[in-house]
Amino acid sequence: MLQYTLKRLVVTFFVILVVSLVSFMLIRVSGDPAIALAGEGATQQEIEYVRHHYGFDRPLIIQYVDWAKKALQGDLGESPYFNEPVLKMIRERIGVTMTLGVSALLFALFVSIPLGVLASIRPNTWIDRVALTISVMGQAMPSFWFGLIMIIFFGVTLRWLPISGSGSPAHYVMPTIALGYYATPAFMRLIRSGMLEVLSSDHIRTARAKGLRWGKILYKHALRNAIIPVVALAAVQLGFMLGGSIVIESVFALHGIGYLAWVSIGRSDLPVVQAIILLLSMIYVVLTFLGDLLNAFLDPRIRVR
Amino acid sequence: MTALLEVEGLRVDLSLPAGVLHAVQDVSFHVEKGETFSLVGESGCGKTMTALAVMGLLPRSATRSAERILFEGEDITHAHERRMTAIRGARMTMIFQEPMTSLDPCYTIGDQLEEVLLEHRRVSRREARERAVFLLEKVGITAAASRLKQYPHQLSGGLRQRVMIAMSLMCGPSLIIADEPTTALDVTIQAQILSLLVSVQKEYETGMILITHDLGVVARTADRLAVMYCGQVVETGTVAEVFTRPLHPYTRGLMRCIPIPGKTRPGQKLDTIPGIVPTPIGDLRGCLFRNRCPHARPACAGEGIEEVRLTPGRSYRCILQPEENPEKAAA
Amino acid sequence: MSDAATHPGPNGAVAPDEGLGRQVVFPTPGQVMRMRMRHHKGFIFGAVFVLAIFLMAVFAPMLTSYNPYTQHLSHRLVPPVWDAKGTWKHPLGTDNLGRDYLSRLVYGSRVSLLIGFSCMLIAMVIGTLLGMSAGYFGGKVDMLVGFIITVRLALPAVLVAVAVVALIGGSMQVVILVLGCLIWDRFAVVLRTSTQQVCSMDYVDAARAAGCSTLRIMFREILPNLFNNLMVIATLEIGRAILLEAALSFLGMGVQPPTPSWGLMISEGKEYMLFQPYLITVPGVALFILVLGMNLLGDGLRDVTAPEGQA
Repeated sequence: MLQYTLKRLVVTFFVILVVSLVSFMLIRVSGDPAIALAGEGATQQEIEYVRHHYGFDRPLIIQYVDWAKKALQGDLGESPYFNEPVLKMIRERIGVTMTLGVSALLFALFVSIPLGVLASIRPNTWIDRVALTISVMGQAMPSFWFGLIMIIFFGVTLRWLPISGSGSPAHYVMPTIALGYYATPAFMRLIRSGMLEVLSSDHIRTARAKGLRWGKILYKHALRNAIIPVVALAAVQLGFMLGGSIVIESVFALHGIGYLAWVSIGRSDLPVVQAIILLLSMIYVVLTFLGDLLNAFLDPRIRVR
Repeated sequence: MTALLEVEGLRVDLSLPAGVLHAVQDVSFHVEKGETFSLVGESGCGKTMTALAVMGLLPRSATRSAERILFEGEDITHAHERRMTAIRGARMTMIFQEPMTSLDPCYTIGDQLEEVLLEHRRVSRREARERAVFLLEKVGITAAASRLKQYPHQLSGGLRQRVMIAMSLMCGPSLIIADEPTTALDVTIQAQILSLLVSVQKEYETGMILITHDLGVVARTADRLAVMYCGQVVETGTVAEVFTRPLHPYTRGLMRCIPIPGKTRPGQKLDTIPGIVPTPIGDLRGCLFRNRCPHARPACAGEGIEEVRLTPGRSYRCILQPEENPEKAAA
Repeated sequence: MSDAATHPGPNGAVAPDEGLGRQVVFPTPGQVMRMRMRHHKGFIFGAVFVLAIFLMAVFAPMLTSYNPYTQHLSHRLVPPVWDAKGTWKHPLGTDNLGRDYLSRLVYGSRVSLLIGFSCMLIAMVIGTLLGMSAGYFGGKVDMLVGFIITVRLALPAVLVAVAVVALIGGSMQVVILVLGCLIWDRFAVVLRTSTQQVCSMDYVDAARAAGCSTLRIMFREILPNLFNNLMVIATLEIGRAILLEAALSFLGMGVQPPTPSWGLMISEGKEYMLFQPYLITVPGVALFILVLGMNLLGDGLRDVTAPEGQA
């Protein structure tokens, strides 16, 4: 177990290193950052000044090492647009995005686990079809469009929920559903197929031969086995949802880091964009690491050797 | 005195895309208290389906019907699932073929053993644990108390099958159904597990249905047997009766397929039964063995091939009379 | 199996063939596939949806008489035909610049299909090469590819795409290239495992023993066996690429105006959606149907091509 953890830690470290390099390079080679920063209509002189001031005229690798050194010390640079430290800007907004991501994950699990289990114990019945329909629709519906439709219906027509901002828990209801609904199908499919597989397995037959009650067999022996891969998926999906928050946050004007990234892209505020990409990647890597650990903890075949 | 288990006219049908598969057709047998009754036949002949039907553990796609299933004098033919749940694991238990996959990988051996007793009896967890340790030792597992904390994947196949046997004994059942309990094990382990089964069965005087394809196993362990072919019981009798005077051509064919110590010369070729087992899908009529039977005649395809019952425990399903057994005549 | 019941028994005794159970004739894999296709509702619906939108894209000029780019500022925000004030002149109404919404919708299907298909092709080439080499060579190559996949998954796709497109400048080619380079992960993951499976087959060993070159084994022996898998993922990935393009265009960092992209149409209609909801429902439903069709078709393909007993 310890060896496994250490090995995963080393891999995680390298992934973060490469991701930081990739996100850094992507921004630098996609265009001339000096021109983007100087803004439209800047003179050649102004562009040269910006280039020199931010050190864009140095070799890329030196720029990266410089940036990485500072990043390790917690200095992610300053936003040229706001003249504020990037780290401070992110810290102010990360709470909104985390709240949204976690509640969307909980929503997805809350919908998909009961439906997936029901679908698996009554395959090819109406409940299975309802679950299938929900999952097929969820995968095909653009989440931003779903968000807009909800705004029209629940926000404007029925006036049940606020349509933008992040002032109260009610503000999070529609964004949570819009973001979480897209992740629901993956969970539901995994639970349904996992449950079907476990239910037809030999050890469930043993449990029935032992005369255990059906309910106990379902939750103690079947769900316990089927839930193991769901944990790993939950970690991955949370990472994806935080990454996808840029779309939902811009629909609902939720001022989290996704929204910040979106407006910063529009303002060519590169240090902010780069820091957010790096941060989201790191969160994803850490989440998958935690997911793997939890997975190993839940599965005695990995935990106990 | 009534028998421990009495099965009369058991049928199991499976719905398949290609048609209805008659997995078990009109099977009747009984098991006495404390005896070992063996179901013998090739793979796919309906032995396991028969056992699962008695336990009420058939897959969803299967339908069961029977004239009568009596267990300890109680008619369980149409017993409610809740009633069967109370019987299973307590009075009637089953040991499966695959010890590698028959235990839940997520729970310790101890948990899975104790859970049987906790489900069926009003006992504390400590009492359940003591019973588990006692039975693990009984089935020949050393350091039983520490084994309780282990997970199935930490045990070898032989040990897991011992755990399965201990599990089946937790509530002191009156009938154990063992479905090919040694098939998946190493040859050296097979004999140990088999003698363990026989010894616990003798000690606790439980009845046992031993399902196997191995006639050698039957000869060593069983009191009586039923030979199954293609979903039907073709012959029943005591081991002595069937082995010395087989009445059905299929049983005779099987006997010639196994080497007999002292009788079969080294290098002598063993017999085989020619042809292929038919798939019992669709309408079935006549004797199902006729396409492979050396004595087949036109009447074999007709109606009225019924089970002939000589005595309550001795029967066969063939139109040939025992007296006109051609092999006896030739001898 | 089928003629077992008709064989004469030993000793010349003719075994009658009736009443011994039905003779089961097993269909060929091709027959099984066609039979499943006809009975798989999802597959049929998916195929119909996709075909309908494909035909719409091909015959776009015949379906509408308006140019999707021509603005009529005097005919702004004409409501669609189901509205009380709507007319058949503009069945789906006009947008805020007076462009016929039906023709924008019809021509928009070209953009979606083109982007979806091209992204999928780029992703397929990258993902197949990575996945197959990981599965075939194993060891260090496998570890390296696994690492690359992890790095790719760690990068937030939408955010990276938006940032890169914004920096390079939005055009259809850039969107296709960027998205294609971002969505190859599923190709790589699936092909890696299925290549490993195929590699353990005896005929691959036989080809190796016969001295075939690595390239020949990979492309002549292994790749054809991955075809079904490839088709399934390709179909699903077209749907994913279309959704991503719509999200990008919605954020204003994808296809640039005045190109009729469905995502862009939703973005442009957003301002007026409270009073003219058709501006976002119409392109949204179109997107939904196209992606739904692609997903149903992909899932259906997986089911009908699955080996016996796994459907």
